[in-house]
Amino acid sequence: MEDALVLGGISLQSRLFIGTGKYASDSLIPEIIAQSGAEVITVALRRVGMQQEGVMDHIPKGMRLLPNTSGARTAEEAVRLAHLAKAAGCGDWIKIEVISDTRHLLPDGYETCKATEILAKEGFTVLPYMNPDLYVARSLVDAGASVVMPLAAPIGSNRGLQTKEMIGILIEELDVPIIVDAGLGSPKDACEAMEMGAQACLVNTAIAAADNPVLMAKAFKMAVCAGRSAFLAGKARVHGLGQANASSPLTGFLR
Amino acid sequence: MHIIVNGEPKQTKAETLPALLEEFSLDPKTVVVEINGKIVDRSLVPTTSLAENDTLEIVHFVGGG
Amino acid sequence: MQALSELFAKWPSERRRDVYENASKEQVLRVLDKQILDPMDFLTLLSKSALELLEPIAQKAHSLTLRYFGRAVNLFTPLYISNICTNQCRYCGFNAKNHLTRIHLSVDEAFQEAKALHDVGHRHILLLTGDAPKLSSPSYMADVVRAIKPFFASIGIEVYSLTEQDYAMLVQAGVDNMTMFQETYDPTLYEWLHPVGPKHDYHYRLNAPERAAKAGMRSLGVGALLGLAPYEQDTFATGLHAWWLSRSYPGVDIGISIPRICPHEGEFTVNNAVDDRHFVQYVMALRCFLPRSPITCSTRESAFMRDHLIPLGVTRVSAGVSTAVGGRGSDTQTSEGQFEITDHRSLSQMIQAIHDLGYQAVIKDWEDPTATNSACA
Repeated sequence: MEDALVLGGISLQSRLFIGTGKYASDSLIPEIIAQSGAEVITVALRRVGMQQEGVMDHIPKGMRLLPNTSGARTAEEAVRLAHLAKAAGCGDWIKIEVISDTRHLLPDGYETCKATEILAKEGFTVLPYMNPDLYVARSLVDAGASVVMPLAAPIGSNRGLQTKEMIGILIEELDVPIIVDAGLGSPKDACEAMEMGAQACLVNTAIAAADNPVLMAKAFKMAVCAGRSAFLAGKARVHGLGQANASSPLTGFLR
Repeated sequence: MHIIVNGEPKQTKAETLPALLEEFSLDPKTVVVEINGKIVDRSLVPTTSLAENDTLEIVHFVGGG
Repeated sequence: MQALSELFAKWPSERRRDVYENASKEQVLRVLDKQILDPMDFLTLLSKSALELLEPIAQKAHSLTLRYFGRAVNLFTPLYISNICTNQCRYCGFNAKNHLTRIHLSVDEAFQEAKALHDVGHRHILLLTGDAPKLSSPSYMADVVRAIKPFFASIGIEVYSLTEQDYAMLVQAGVDNMTMFQETYDPTLYEWLHPVGPKHDYHYRLNAPERAAKAGMRSLGVGALLGLAPYEQDTFATGLHAWWLSRSYPGVDIGISIPRICPHEGEFTVNNAVDDRHFVQYVMALRCFLPRSPITCSTRESAFMRDHLIPLGVTRVSAGVSTAVGGRGSDTQTSEGQFEITDHRSLSQMIQAIHDLGYQAVIKDWEDPTATNSACA
């Protein structure tokens, strides 16, 4: 069955996006990509000569790069990073991430909206990372976001779908795809998000920090596929609920 | 010539951007350069020269989520 | 947000018919297990299979109604201020071709009528006119609203389609609610039913609630006149319209009215009469699909039916109703009514009846705290 996720005019078969941070060795990345089936991969921008090596040598050609604006504390900084990423020649997709609270690393909705509006007007395909707040989500969509990317739990926490109720509201209310980002700790979390109707999941730490990241990448691939299929399949009924009562106290007046 | 690269003062003999990148052993295809706050378009890198006191940012992609 | 027309285009009448005929009981029961319903789920609850599962649907509708509305029922009363009409709606008592006493209340007469309604205790009022834009103009309506504003906490309008500017003017004057019945969502049938007059324009009417929302109207009501089109067509379209409005204008309260045409109204032949079981099914399906939307039931329905619908989802009922123009104030003349009413209970009788059902009648709900002239309320 054809079930592509179309984003910025690109048709994606895989609904698992993966990050490239925190690996014991970046040389694992090609195998992670292969086992995860991911077509979209996130990267960050940093000054050369610092501790981190460039990651591009490890990313196979044909992957859709999703640069993020991590490190930005304001909309202006996020816009600048987006411009640099575009100048690097890897397309016009950008994951906006604006964080100025270093204790909890929660995204700043107001600054994220401002950056989204500027970059969407410039023609970027904007994927904003956000706290799942309905009003912020609507503002992001109004500002031109192509998707919204609510966090499941604080970034890197692996605590799972802590914001499930709020993400459910976003799925119910918004017309753009919901991509669950940050905090998904295990494949069951990704599966649950997909069953709820999320259009994709972005996973980094849960794979990178596993004892066997390659095997965990494969597990997430299967979980996302399973959740998506379950969403499309229409779940069978949970028995014991919604059953008719023997008497008809509410509709007995109808003959 | 005196320039500032990624926040640090540097002395260099390079008078062009390609020469500077070579001095740092950087592949022009994997970095993006900002000179005095302006991004240098990829196609213009080979013909970009440097001037005294230029401030450069040189960035590349690293792992991130 | 996708356009309303795009949404309707996804649901051609054959598709609606197919789900209505072929949804299984199992699918209906699955919908009852879901927390958030989509349009397909709503249609499944309107299906033939669902008609055989009314009691379990009723349990869900009842519990959702309690969760979102508690045991409270809003009361209002209509005030017809003019029955002069240039339309010839085939089913309507005010059809321009009908010979009846035509009355257009002056602002002062409307004030007298409104004062009488206020004096018996009404605080929510719904103003109605025929479609005669020169006589019952938007500025005439605004004059009436300003005159009667001190008497009421809420003033609604149920009038012909207006421009966004006119709606804004009426909001400014003190209107907080706008009701617009599309009558039928079948454009061909619509044009046949409304052969002449301004109302002939299907799309202008269809988009009226959106214009009112843009103009700052606090709450909107939509509805189809049940009995005109086949059951599943207009019930589904009404829910879809309300759903689309509530998603597009989340700051506006979107309500639904459920007028059902009487099979023996005048000489009009009702081709798709909705019986009681289908009618109740529709109310409950609406409640499950739009759990937070007010549902209004008029005195077209009997006291018996209205009382039984309150636990199932109806949250707003009229009381002390007349569909005639004039006659409630001191010396105003009275016309014939627009339609036959079957529940003649007065405001105090309605309050008692609602109390006896175990509910509280809400005479005065929200009132704009910035309104300056609420001294009489």
